[in-house]
Amino acid sequence: MQEVTVGIGGAAGDGLDKTGDTLAKTAARLGLYVYAYNSYQSVIRGGHIWLRVRIGEQKLTSHGDHLNVLIALNQDSIERHAREVEPGGAVIYNSDKLKLDPTLLRDNVLPVPLPVSAITKPLGKVPPVMQNTVALGALLFLIGLDFETAASVLTDTFKHKGQAVIDQNVAIARAGYEYAREHFVPLGYRWTYTHIRRPFITGNEAFAIGAVTAGCKFYSAYPMTPASSILHWMAAHAERCGIVVKQCEDELAVVNMAIGAGYAGVRAMCGTSGGGFALMTEAIGQAGMIEAPVVVIEVQRGGPSTGLPTKTEQGDLNQVFGASQGDYPRVIIAPGDVADCFATVVEAFNLAEKYQLPVIIMSDLLLSEHPETIEPEALRYDVPIERGELVTEWDESQGRYKRYAFTRSGVSPRALPGTEGAAHVAATDDHDEEGILISDVFTSPPVRRKIHEKRMRKLEAVLRELPPPVLEGPEDAEVTLIGWGSTKGVIREAVEKLASEGIRANHLHIKYLFPFHAREVSEILRRCRKTICVEANYSGQFARYLRAETGISVDAHIRKYDGEPFEPHQIVEQVKAILQGKPRTLDVTEDEAREIANHYIRTHLDDDARPGRISRLERDGFEEPLWNVEIISRETGQRRGRLLIGVETGSTYRWQPEESAS
Amino acid sequence: MATVIALPIETYAGPVDPDWCPGCGDFGVLKAVKMAAGKLGIKPKDLVIVSGIGCSSNLPGFIHAYGVHSLHGRAIAVAQGIKLANHDLHVVVTGGDGDGYGIGIGHFIHAMRRNIDLTYVVMNNQIYGLTTGQASPTTMKDVRTKSTPRGNAEPPINPIALALVSGATYVARGFSGEPEHLAQLIAGGIAHRGFALIDVFSPCVTYNKVNTYPWFKQRVYKLEEEAGYDPSDVMAALRKSFEWGDRIPIGLFYKDEHPIYEDSEPALRRGPLVRHPLRPERAVFEELIEELM
Repeated sequence: MQEVTVGIGGAAGDGLDKTGDTLAKTAARLGLYVYAYNSYQSVIRGGHIWLRVRIGEQKLTSHGDHLNVLIALNQDSIERHAREVEPGGAVIYNSDKLKLDPTLLRDNVLPVPLPVSAITKPLGKVPPVMQNTVALGALLFLIGLDFETAASVLTDTFKHKGQAVIDQNVAIARAGYEYAREHFVPLGYRWTYTHIRRPFITGNEAFAIGAVTAGCKFYSAYPMTPASSILHWMAAHAERCGIVVKQCEDELAVVNMAIGAGYAGVRAMCGTSGGGFALMTEAIGQAGMIEAPVVVIEVQRGGPSTGLPTKTEQGDLNQVFGASQGDYPRVIIAPGDVADCFATVVEAFNLAEKYQLPVIIMSDLLLSEHPETIEPEALRYDVPIERGELVTEWDESQGRYKRYAFTRSGVSPRALPGTEGAAHVAATDDHDEEGILISDVFTSPPVRRKIHEKRMRKLEAVLRELPPPVLEGPEDAEVTLIGWGSTKGVIREAVEKLASEGIRANHLHIKYLFPFHAREVSEILRRCRKTICVEANYSGQFARYLRAETGISVDAHIRKYDGEPFEPHQIVEQVKAILQGKPRTLDVTEDEAREIANHYIRTHLDDDARPGRISRLERDGFEEPLWNVEIISRETGQRRGRLLIGVETGSTYRWQPEESAS
Repeated sequence: MATVIALPIETYAGPVDPDWCPGCGDFGVLKAVKMAAGKLGIKPKDLVIVSGIGCSSNLPGFIHAYGVHSLHGRAIAVAQGIKLANHDLHVVVTGGDGDGYGIGIGHFIHAMRRNIDLTYVVMNNQIYGLTTGQASPTTMKDVRTKSTPRGNAEPPINPIALALVSGATYVARGFSGEPEHLAQLIAGGIAHRGFALIDVFSPCVTYNKVNTYPWFKQRVYKLEEEAGYDPSDVMAALRKSFEWGDRIPIGLFYKDEHPIYEDSEPALRRGPLVRHPLRPERAVFEELIEELM
């Protein structure tokens, strides 16, 4: 399969995401598939960003392992990423501003210096941000993507700014394209365009559009990354879609308002991340108790506490399972990809209303914020809408309406406020069938027992309705990878890579976390030979849950909690190590040592310093082996000193400037 | 304007009798709420009483209407959700001083700032009653309670002043010893378009031995009877809100017409959300998808 991965590195405010978006949409309009991941506020100095856009002729399910072309918008990006560019690739940079040290390049990597001011001179005065557009034009030539399609994307992007802006952007991109054509040989990509138009969409957009399509009329939120883009989408589309979007004073108000709206009869949703969810937990139990439908989206980021606001993790599973005191019915679903985000939110509203309970959707920064092309059919208009049993009027001569009637299914037909004859109280104190409190003077152990059973019984029907997970891949595989949520795509790709290396693996992806298909999952796992749970958290929260529900302990774990999403090769390498019986090591790798050095430079040194050669020292007076990272001058390349970093602990033991470095 | 047909107080007779202590101020408030609803001719199906947690928050269980007995401090948040979902409903929030001025004070302030059309009746007994007598946010300074055996170190919240500066557009104080007067104030609050606070002196006969019926009876006077008092003058209201001593004002401190939050929501112009068709128009859906291409 033909594919290319383009990395764009630069500073926040460089307009980098716009460039990435134009590239992605160009590829998408040509009928290619795209998967992008933006690693922001992270490894590069000064809050710089690193966007990877992977383009291919077949469906892509992760940002992959490769880097073929680097567009460097600043010096850091060159130094950080130029070495990652694979043979046959290229590094595109503005040669007016930036320098490319050729020793950073692997063999057969093409340097593409662009004299941006000379290229754009005939076009008059252009703003500095236009260097991206020149680079984009050159990139299109190098990777062989159709220029006119890119021009149509630019036209649509700048439509609201008028023809002059459109013309300027297209002209500058064209100038970059032409310059590259005159000076460089293309990298040899040959694409087959199907011209099938596919939406290019993030998980959060899919949640929002899914919600609106399913009839959501009320969305409340407090700003919190990485859930905020749901709020932004909803606010921008509220008027057109007829939704009330409420930014509240805190997450307590957020969830309680949504529950109030759900009780009153509209489809209501709210979204947050782990910290906000922590504030919501009491109210989620309330929704279970008063049997009000509500959908809550929990977009996980690195924890605990404020943690890593712009980084991904699957560390909130314990929190979501443990949310609120007591036992109460609720459904927890973790969609596995962007298309599934749309389907899941539709499903969530139906479950919430049919079973009158809170439904929690678990996402994470990776799934919620990364955009990808999905099949157009995944976003369908005529989604099923099932509201459950509603009482539209009540004749009081047949007795008082029982809001919490003890039914066999546990579902008691719901009357919305405004319904004639059915006035009742929905109480968070426990209550009888009519809603009368049994917490105070009317305390009654048997009534308590029966209403508690009634509420919890609803989960039996929910579980019957949910499709159990299936094992993907060969039944007799040597190894089974188990995952949940956003890792679905990357695990699938790792399984394919393993197969190409002669290791037969299969994949058990679990979407419905609660209620849990314990019987079906146990049956599957009992047939598996070696089970490995792959999850993006420290303690293996899902593996522990699996053991609690099935009594089965997985054989091994692959865990990641550095804030960056899994890449397929990382899973593959760990699977191989596990199969070879190698012990898991937590030692700092050479690449990590370079990043730790970068961190030290950013926090203690100056802009001129960068990591140079790295070697390993045995102990040297410390209690562990060391990474000896040479720090050199960007300007002169001269050695400025060295940093000693512990291989085991990662401690930055010592900065030794040159005069004392010997 | 439609003619109001008053309903008898029995219309709102709840399924069970209140379990409050004999003599509790909340009895008077319950009666006043029923009288106010009856006076305005609000059918039980169109009335939603939302409360939090505390003795007074049990009120929805004692009145025939829709009700949500929500979490401690969260009644106003739940009520706003209900109001935004169906603004044809009359939503009245009832609760105590701990619920509204303590754990729920954030929602209280922000709901007032929004001027959303809710009526908030606070049964202010200056004590935590249901938890057997600890200091509340309105317990007066130096008063001894179970949690302040050496006397309360903190001065009380001034809910009237707080409401005035937070943007409430109907601010009143009643006394459960004057249920007719209180019913007038509550009816005025329900009829008012915007956020209405009715803070009510509702003595706790069990745990508050300081702020008793006689204590209030000796002190309260009605603003309506005060010559020259103009409830449209917010600064005059603010000055009155600080009067606390031998004379304590009750009645309507402030009332003014301002746009309400619901006016700012385009979606609500098409009528209550609960009655909108669920699906978006197909053309709108297709536009949303086209944006992604």
